[in-house]
Amino acid sequence: MLEVGIIHYLIVAAILFVIGVSGIFINRKNIIVILMSVELMLLAVNINFVAFSAHLNDLAGQIFTIFILTVAAAEAAIGLAILVIYYRNRGNIAVDDANLMKG
Amino acid sequence: MLIANILFYILSFVLVFSALIVVSSRNPVYSILFLILAFFNSAGLFLMLGAEFISMLMVIVYVGAVAVLFLFVVMMLDIDYTKLRSGFAKYLPVGILVSFVMLIELVMVLKLSFDSSAQKAVISAPIPEGATNTQALGAILYTDYIYPFQIAGLVLLVAMIGAIVLTLRTREGVKKQNITKQVMRDRKDGVELVKVQSRKGV
Repeated sequence: MLEVGIIHYLIVAAILFVIGVSGIFINRKNIIVILMSVELMLLAVNINFVAFSAHLNDLAGQIFTIFILTVAAAEAAIGLAILVIYYRNRGNIAVDDANLMKG
Repeated sequence: MLIANILFYILSFVLVFSALIVVSSRNPVYSILFLILAFFNSAGLFLMLGAEFISMLMVIVYVGAVAVLFLFVVMMLDIDYTKLRSGFAKYLPVGILVSFVMLIELVMVLKLSFDSSAQKAVISAPIPEGATNTQALGAILYTDYIYPFQIAGLVLLVAMIGAIVLTLRTREGVKKQNITKQVMRDRKDGVELVKVQSRKGV
């Protein structure tokens, strides 16, 4: 049980993913923390990929981790840019009343 | 081997602990600082898995770029964060319930159906002997995975252009230097010859 194998890494990644999901739930209004929770979930996915890469002795998992990292960086940049223009227009970042386009 | 096990448990406990603080902290700056701690610990986990390049990439890209970007935005916007936390207690029970159910499901799937000694799947890029992790990654990233690599570059380009286009604004009333106008200026619209009559002034 204490000997570390792939299952331990997968469980750590599962816990991290679930913490990210709960972060989205409990910080409904604060979009900055929501974006950070998304980063945590992507980190969990990366841990899964690298754990399987080490377990299967296959480099493809690490390659895909690099691509996930790229997409995560792009997503953070775009998300924060949208946040900045939202703040500029509304004066706050309370996303629960971001319903202007509902019509 | 014992040292490695202890190191794994330390890294993963600090990782989970700092992730919990990220989602529950009152102050977003603390959230970001603990996010950085989480990234460092995951970099340690990647090192233990033998993925040195990914580990360094975590530190450079996530800590050096993404987390600092978050920090910039949090400090740039003047926001009352206590007001944003007003629904925290209301959403907390359902958040904990959903995440608890999800965690139980994930761990059950792992425990019951994942057999680590099973027949290994078809391996697309076996880790070569004798080469370092970075060498091995580079050898296949620029050959077998060249198209995904190019597409990743395009994604970054689109993200960069998108971020610039979104946040660019032309402000009213700001005096700017128009170099073309300056250079195209000639004597005709710069100087005027006025014949001043005596005792009249201009």
